[in-house]
Parts: sequence; structure tokens; C-alpha cells
Amino acid sequence: MSDQFTDVGADVPLAFQVVDARVAYDGVPVLDGVDVGVPAGQTMAVLGPNGSGKSTLMRTMLGIVPLTSGQVLVHGAPLRRFRDWRRIGYVPQRLTAGGAVPATVREIVASGQVASRRRLSLSTRADRTAVDEALETVDLAGRGRDSVRELSGGQQQRVLIARALAGRPDTFVMDEPMAGVDAENQQALARTIARLRERGSTVVLVLHELGPLENVIERAVVLESGRVAHDGAAPEPTGECARPGHEHQHPHPDPNAPEAVEPTTAAEMIRLEVPGRD
Amino acid sequence: MTELLDYEFMRRALIAAVLVGLVTPVIGTYLVQRRLALLGDGIGHVALTGVALGLLTSTSPVLTAAVVATLGAVLIELVRVRTRTSGDVALALLFYGGIAGGVLLIGLTPGASNATLVSYLFGSVSTVEEADLWVVGVLAAGVAAVVAVFGRELFVLCQDEEVARAHGLPVRFLSVLLAVTAALTVVIAMRVVGVLMVSALMIVPVAAAQQLTKSFRVTMLLAVTIGLLSSVGGLATSFYAELSPGATIVVLALAVFCVSVAVGGVARRVSGRRALATRRPAGAGAAGTMPQTDRGRVT
Repeated sequence: MSDQFTDVGADVPLAFQVVDARVAYDGVPVLDGVDVGVPAGQTMAVLGPNGSGKSTLMRTMLGIVPLTSGQVLVHGAPLRRFRDWRRIGYVPQRLTAGGAVPATVREIVASGQVASRRRLSLSTRADRTAVDEALETVDLAGRGRDSVRELSGGQQQRVLIARALAGRPDTFVMDEPMAGVDAENQQALARTIARLRERGSTVVLVLHELGPLENVIERAVVLESGRVAHDGAAPEPTGECARPGHEHQHPHPDPNAPEAVEPTTAAEMIRLEVPGRD
Repeated sequence: MTELLDYEFMRRALIAAVLVGLVTPVIGTYLVQRRLALLGDGIGHVALTGVALGLLTSTSPVLTAAVVATLGAVLIELVRVRTRTSGDVALALLFYGGIAGGVLLIGLTPGASNATLVSYLFGSVSTVEEADLWVVGVLAAGVAAVVAVFGRELFVLCQDEEVARAHGLPVRFLSVLLAVTAALTVVIAMRVVGVLMVSALMIVPVAAAQQLTKSFRVTMLLAVTIGLLSSVGGLATSFYAELSPGATIVVLALAVFCVSVAVGGVARRVSGRRALATRRPAGAGAAGTMPQTDRGRVT
């Protein structure tokens, strides 16, 4: 089946294979026949304007959103029969890392090991080391005992990435990890993702724009109205809006402007939340 | 305090109060985390129908309440998932159906009246029998086992259902498991504090605890402590002051909540001032109380 993807080497196993994926919400198509194969070890960005279906594509790849038709294979197995979830690290797009009950950074990060730990088992030394390493990787060592609520938005985003790292997966799926993150934190995130790439991990990122990840991304898939409009090298940003299919919409503050990043009122937080949910 | 133990019914009531105080805040912590704080109340009303059914068929009302409340809990999950009904509307349906069913069935029962139902609504420790105590004990052990085995998965589920799905966790099963465990907890608490106040004893100790804590685990432990002190303390107080036990327990828990809010506010101000030099202050959503007005998510 992989021969239909010209850019995929025949020998490299596919971490994700999306075949003619169609998703419709109440009859309105969001994904309209998407074919994408992600070879293991590749760092790939899914780009596209708001409403193009990029977030939905990522969510179908993990079975969060059911397909109307088509198929998703994860490490060679159809989603329904895929059992090796410890290989997957998912970073959702959230403004906050916690639930309604307080939780420490460490508790949140350790919860990323839920797929790799047995029931009724206590945490082993290896589990705790993995949490420590994950916190160090995102430069949050020493904050483990703090409540996540005390952290800034960018730091909470890094907590979510650390949670994905803590299960020691080899396949990462991240939904707009740069959204609402200030420039300094974006650089830290880019370094983390570069490190994952060096380790040979597969990384799929949904992004609004490449930004500081420009040099890390090996391949970009641009979606437009639920179809693949571009698949190949990351589009050269000669001007940010020159990219095919990029309607420049910024209802939220520019993430590169540090002073505008932290939402201060509930209304701003809501506005920030909306653009990512396409 | 020893005088209390001279009475057989008080000894039984105290055992029931200890079990309730221990178990309800544990499950309540997950419900608050999942923003389904009113689930217990909704299920409690369904349990009333179960009580009436038990009286009508001359079976143990606690047992029939457990069965009916469990069915109600499964139903609410199905209604949330299968129909276009949000969590709070599904709860409302449960609420009305439960109380109407209870009153309807009790009317059909010879020798019973709404007054019988009221004893379940507000709790009636003096009528706790030994058989009830056994049922309550087994249910409490069951709830403890569920949390011991599935606690880690429930934490992920209640924090972020989408992440739970991306971990390959059995989201549907865990949701039903939590709802059913909550249902059983309601039935456990019913005899001591009454249906109307079950939800309060599930939620209020958690609300009080989270004013003072930073971690999920400590919140749960503190909530259990507060729940235990409120239920035993409330029961003892009601015995000496001749008050309604259920109401006394809940008022005591609410008093602890008020104290926690005050103490937590002062503590945060102090630590915030200390931390101001090194890091940003907590955001607007982080400080202060966390009123549980959310009624659950539509998924």
C-alpha cells in the first residue's frame, strides 16, 4: 500500500499511515480524502489555515476523532487493533495543564506513564528517573513539587510535553505546542523537539506557522479545506503569507510578541482557545 | 463521648459514619476533577426510586437502591454519549425521573408513606441495622478496590478525556466505572447523611481541601480527613445537641470549607509575596476559590 506515497522509502516502516481519511461533523466534511504516510523517525509538520482540518487529521491519527471512512494504521496496525500505546506521546493543545483539583507538576508528568505502567504497581526507580529526565528536558527540573496552576502558560505547555516524554515513547504527536508560548519558551521547545529528532523519534506537529521550528521540520503537509494542498519540503517562508493555502488570520495575539502572550482576562483566553479548534 | 457508645444504634451509626467519611471524598475528588460535581446528587435521586422499589417488593432498600442507582449511572453515561444531551441536562433528567419514580412507587407500597422516603432523603442513623452495615462495608471495600486498581487511569480520564483516549485507555469503560462507583458511594452514604446530602459530603470536603493543597494526592488525603472528622464529629454533635445528624455533618463540613478558604487565602498571600521577587504571580484563574459550577463536558 505504501507504493502510492512517492516520497516514502520502501524500507522505512511507517509510524502513521493515513489512507483516504474522511471525517464529517454532522455531514459537513472536515477531512476530504487525506492520504499521508509518516515514516518512522521523520519530523513532520501539518500546516494550514484555521478550519483546514489539520487538528482533526492529527486527532484521527490517534483515534480521538472517529473516521467516517478510510483507515489509519499506527506502526503497521489498524487503530482499532493497535495496542502498543506506550510508544505514543500526545501533547494536546491546552491553555492549562491541570484539572479542577490541584495537581503538582510531577503528578501531571508522571501521569504520562499510564500506558506503560501496570495496574496496582508502585512507581519504580526507572519510572521516577524518566519523570526527572522529562522535567530536565523541558527545563523544569526543580519545579516538580509546584502546583501547575502556579506556572505561566508557556511553562504549562512544557509540562504537557514533559508528560508525553515521561512514558518514553518514540512517536510524538503535538497539537500546536507553540500556541500562546512566548519567544523564549518557543526556543526551548524547538531545542526539545530537535533533541527528539536526534534520538530518532517520529514527531508530528500541528502548527500554525513554522517559526523557530523552521530548521527542525523535515517535511510539511499543508492542508486546505480538508485536502492535502502541499506535501514535501517545508515551504520557504519568503513572506509569512506567501505560503500556499495560508490565509493569514490572527485573531489571537502574535505569539512572537512576548508581552501579548499571557492572556489576562477570561475573554482573551476564550479568544485564544478558539483558533486551534479546527 | 463514651456515653455515645452505650447505645447499640449509635455504635452502628458511628461505624457507618466512619465508612462514609472515608469513602465519599475519595470518589468526590475524581468527580470534582472531572467537573461533574453534581453527578452524586443526580444519582442520589435515582437511588430514591431504588429505595421505594425495595420497600414495595420487601427487599433490602439499600440493595435495590444500589442496583437502581448503578443502572442510573450507566444510563447517564449513555445519554451523554449517544444523544445530543449535555452532561448537566442528562443530570437534570435523572434528577426529575428519580424523585418522581420514588414518590410514585412509595405511593403503591402499603404501610409506607412519603415520610419513609424522607428518612432516606435526610438520613436516619437510628434505623441503621446490622444487615445494612454489612452491605455498606462491602460497598466501601469495593469502592476502595476500584480506586486502588484504576486510580491512575481515572486520574488521566478526569483530567483530560482526550489525552486518556490518546493513551489508548478504555475511556468508555472508565467513565461508566466512575459513574457506577459514584452510584455505589451514594448508596453507602445514603443511610447516614441522606440522599440530599450525599453530594455535599462528596464534594464539600474536596472543595475545602483544595484551598490548602498543591497536589492531587494530598487533596484527596486531606478531603478524606475532613470527611471523616465531619461525619463522626457531626454525628456525635447531633447526638448530644439533638440535631438532625445529616444536616449537622454537612454544616460541619461547610464550616471547615469556610475556614479553609480563609486560611488558604492568607497562605497564598504570604507565599505569593515571598515568590514575587523570583517568579510571576499566579494567574487570575489560579488564585482564590474554585467554585464547582461546571456541569460536566459534552463528549
